[in-house]
Amino acid sequence: MPADLSAARAALATVATDPGARKPDPIIVGSGITRQFGGLKAVDVEHIEIQRGVITALIGPNGAGKTTLFNLLTGFDAPDTGDWSFNGRSLAKVSAYKVARLGMVRTFQLTKVLSKLTVIENMRLGATGQRGERFWSAPLRSLWSGQESEITAKADELLARFKLDAKREDFAGSLSGGQRKLLEMARALMVDPELIMLDEPMAGVNPALKQSLLGHVKSLRDEGRTVLFVEHDMDMVRDISDWVIVMAQGQIVAEGTPESVMADQRVIDAYLGAHHDTDLSELDEAALEAEVEAEIQAEQEDTP
Amino acid sequence: MDLLDILRTALTQALGPSAIVYALAAIGLNIHFGYTGLLNFGQAGFMAVSAYALAVTVVQADLPFWLGVVLALVAPVVLALLLGVPTLRLRADYLAIVTIAAAEILRLVFGAVETKDVFGGSNGLNGYSETYKGLNVYTKLGVGRDGLDLGVVQYSRDDLWNITVGWTLVALGCLFVWLLMRSPWGRVLRSIREDEDAVRSLGKNVFAYKMQALILGGVFGGLAGLFLALKQSSVVPSDYSSNITFYAYTALLLGGAARVLGPVVGAIIFWFLLTGLGELFSQLTSGTDPILPASIMDGTQASLVRFIVTGLALMLLMIFRPQGIFGDRREIAIDAR
Repeated sequence: MPADLSAARAALATVATDPGARKPDPIIVGSGITRQFGGLKAVDVEHIEIQRGVITALIGPNGAGKTTLFNLLTGFDAPDTGDWSFNGRSLAKVSAYKVARLGMVRTFQLTKVLSKLTVIENMRLGATGQRGERFWSAPLRSLWSGQESEITAKADELLARFKLDAKREDFAGSLSGGQRKLLEMARALMVDPELIMLDEPMAGVNPALKQSLLGHVKSLRDEGRTVLFVEHDMDMVRDISDWVIVMAQGQIVAEGTPESVMADQRVIDAYLGAHHDTDLSELDEAALEAEVEAEIQAEQEDTP
Repeated sequence: MDLLDILRTALTQALGPSAIVYALAAIGLNIHFGYTGLLNFGQAGFMAVSAYALAVTVVQADLPFWLGVVLALVAPVVLALLLGVPTLRLRADYLAIVTIAAAEILRLVFGAVETKDVFGGSNGLNGYSETYKGLNVYTKLGVGRDGLDLGVVQYSRDDLWNITVGWTLVALGCLFVWLLMRSPWGRVLRSIREDEDAVRSLGKNVFAYKMQALILGGVFGGLAGLFLALKQSSVVPSDYSSNITFYAYTALLLGGAARVLGPVVGAIIFWFLLTGLGELFSQLTSGTDPILPASIMDGTQASLVRFIVTGLALMLLMIFRPQGIFGDRREIAIDAR
């Protein structure tokens, strides 16, 4: 896989850093996606492409529409306009569970573990195509017990990888916040997704666990999956992402490699405001007054 | 006052046909509420459609008894589909509102003067249970009309047949629920109860599972209604008021939700308490020189006090053992986090 990875990264090097830039091998392509909440246009994305096989970070200030975009892409919310596709298959009006079956699985900002099920039961639930989940075959154990032990073996493997094997029989509700994040990620892997979408995987996780979570996210990429994540933690973004998409006020304002994005004026403006480094005391007061007066004048002329 | 007599009455009732009706209804609610987290407040409606399906088929349409039984099992499925299609995609509370309203509408329609020709108005329907009574094995075994008196319990011949059929149904129902709930299918239901978005994100069709649960629990409600109709040989709309739904919920919570035997044991204990206390207070206030003088409590008040005491007992149970009798305390502790 490393060869593939470097190829994918190399391909990204040639991509322009404009918002909505075309990627050489996109797994998700979306265009014209808008979502209105009353008077607020929460998401207004002209064009978005996510490169296959790399880690893409989606960043932006609070209220930029990152989570809403996540919900729209995964079918948890329906956009007002727009179309988007996953592996070339259009996902407009496809329900959330079908999106997951296609290989695009998400986690949630507020971790959703199934509290009153044990950790191993949480994991088993993630497996797809279970015969025992059909009503008529469910009462007959012989029809599904073989598959169930395969699923359990796979689940135990993942639990060991995420260091949750000691918690196997505990209720998921008794786990700590960080362990829940790990469990949710491991459970998503039971679906065997091509694209895994993590909504703020680092929120509320202590620094020690953060390092191991970072390692886990990287390992997802290294085994050939595509990762898209929303995050506020800039260290994490710089550390592991191959490509960064910046959103502000519902729109994509910039894209690029982590280094180029951090230096991008549009990004700094979005986060800190366009005048963040102007010292107010140094401003020429007279000039400012004239500017304001001109603005008022213009407004008065506008209103009849 | 005869304490043994009170205990005998209570025990006879607790193992008798009425408790079976609550047990069956509560098994259905256990699937809805205990396992899937669906708030069905209209179990009485599921019971009513089954009972009336049987009675109308046999009495009004003059069709065979067994066809009536089949239709009585189809009716709750249809009702579940009608209620579920518009509400199961919405938040849980919508189902609660719709089911309780539907149950009341059904009861009022069945008891209305306008539909008297079909449903028999407030007097209901009777004369459909001969086939059922004809199957009574105890008649063939030569058991007398007075039935069986074991000292601790006492049942008439008809009731012996009722409890044989009833407890068999309950046992088969529990077995089926146990088989289902240990399977991956049951795991999906319990997961939906915890968080349906998480289940959806793992590629499960949550709507289909909730519908299956609503139908299955509704059919158990239907069985309860069918059994009630058979054991008392008449279908009266007032038997299907919302009270019965809440009694069934009480039985369920008493025994412990999301446990296979919870609703059964809960129904037995609930009915034991209610009839035992009723008998106790009626004996305390009866006679020319009652133990409790009329200035404290008279006979009519006595029949209501049992509800007060039962309510108090339930409150204490919820405070000191919120998980019910069979529940797992650790599960409740998770909620408190």
